[in-house]
Amino acid sequence: MANFLFYTFALLTLASAVLVVMNKNAVNAALGLLLSLVGVAGLFVLLDAALLAFVLLLVYAGAVVALFLFIIMLLDTTPGAQKPFSRLTIAASAIGGALLLLGVLSLDERSVLPSLTAAHAIPTLKNYAEQLFTTYLLPVQLVGFMLLVAMLGVIVLSRKCTGEDEPKTEGQP
Amino acid sequence: MSAVMQLWASLHPVVQMLVKGLAVIGVMFPFGGACSLIERKVSAWMQGRPGPNRAIPFWFAWIPVIGPFLQRLGVFHLLADGGKMFLKEDSLPGHVNKFYFLLAPVLAMIPALTTVTVVPFGAYLDDAGRLAPLVLANLDVGILAVFAVSSLGVYSLILAGWASNSKYPFLGGVRASAQLISYEISMTLSVLPVFLMINAPGGDGSLSLFRVVEFQSGTSGWHGTWFILTMPLAAVIFLVSLFAETNRLPFDMAECDADLVGGFHTEYGSMKWGLFFVAEYSHMLIGSGVFVLLFLGGWNPLPWVPLERVAGWLHLVDKPLLLGLLSIVIFMGKGLLFIFVFMWVRWTVPRFRYDQVMKLGWQKLLPLAIGNLIFYAILIAWLQPKF
Repeated sequence: MANFLFYTFALLTLASAVLVVMNKNAVNAALGLLLSLVGVAGLFVLLDAALLAFVLLLVYAGAVVALFLFIIMLLDTTPGAQKPFSRLTIAASAIGGALLLLGVLSLDERSVLPSLTAAHAIPTLKNYAEQLFTTYLLPVQLVGFMLLVAMLGVIVLSRKCTGEDEPKTEGQP
Repeated sequence: MSAVMQLWASLHPVVQMLVKGLAVIGVMFPFGGACSLIERKVSAWMQGRPGPNRAIPFWFAWIPVIGPFLQRLGVFHLLADGGKMFLKEDSLPGHVNKFYFLLAPVLAMIPALTTVTVVPFGAYLDDAGRLAPLVLANLDVGILAVFAVSSLGVYSLILAGWASNSKYPFLGGVRASAQLISYEISMTLSVLPVFLMINAPGGDGSLSLFRVVEFQSGTSGWHGTWFILTMPLAAVIFLVSLFAETNRLPFDMAECDADLVGGFHTEYGSMKWGLFFVAEYSHMLIGSGVFVLLFLGGWNPLPWVPLERVAGWLHLVDKPLLLGLLSIVIFMGKGLLFIFVFMWVRWTVPRFRYDQVMKLGWQKLLPLAIGNLIFYAILIAWLQPKF
């Protein structure tokens, strides 16, 4: 049963991921990404990481992809209008793909996973919290800071500048 | 009875789960439809008119008391409406994106019916005399699962609006997605104090909805107090966000008929439209169920009077079937009370403007929810050692 579910979810994830990359219609691609995320969430559930699965659904499937769709629809991209790939793009993607493959292969060949201690065998909420607030406190803070910077950047970039005077704000009579 | 139990036990677990799931959906779906009848009757009552009271098949009119009573209740209008939905011409406008146009109503139903799996709707005493939940999947991440799956409901609105390929549905879809994403944050933040309260330091930590009800099942002191009494502000924020998340008036920006014709479902007709409708009511049912579990003590009849005590009074301790039914009745009763509140508000409060909705969400509810969380975090840290 678990095997059957694993193959189903893995197939779903991979097939929809291919759809994301290959599809010319941006809406199809975004929905492919959604399906792919749902597949990954299913794989997480099979690994007893229900929390991770639902956070993935909540944040990425529920909000981030919705925003993607939002933008795609607002910009109204017409499918088929893209230019053919340039040689540089093809070369770069080939090198990138090769590096990724190499990375995965070397991970498979040489890597040594840290042995699981008894406390971490079952990923309870407490374990997640403890790790996030002790061992990985700095990375979490850094990621949060990065997101803040990105958000401020968006606010700065999207401000309408009207020449010398202050940017117009809404609600002025 | 025992033969039935033996047959049940001999079934494959997957078949068992399938039967259970279908049973729950089989109850949810008609309930969603029945809500539309309740809506019509409640609105009629509030506006001083009789409401639907005409339709009756002639053979029912022959039954002396019950026939006319059901006629006045408008039950047959519900059946007639359902029949109409299925039998109407299923038109497909020429200018739509067919695949997504047909997919959207189906997508609306999936999250609405999937969230049911993790919401406990009753409890019984098992052989060891301990309270066990009646739920399809008692997940440790309960509330997170509810939020995660119900957040997927936004796609049906966006896709319906976009695939309709016409101006007003599109605006409706865009508004809906912005609104749903905005209010999700305050909703999630408003329930955090509840989970801070139930998770004492040193425990394993749980987001299970069953644990929340267990905490409210005490007989004295903090453990019996329903969270609406200790955290009224959190309850209010949750309720307002719930209205926004279910697209109900005064927040029905997505289908606001004054300026958007019919919103995202303008181009839909017959059962495709009906699915959106049933999905909205299912969301309402689940939302009120979660509210009852979080803030109103779930299946406990009164604060400080838990279900176990009532079971002792009524001698139901060793009758799990009856006790389970009793708990479901209590739970559903409270849930229906909230369905009434939804309708009460709908027929009382006028609709907000879109900018007011956004302002309320981001500038009022969100800071309030964060303040509420910080206040209760400090309070609980200070008080928890004392009880």
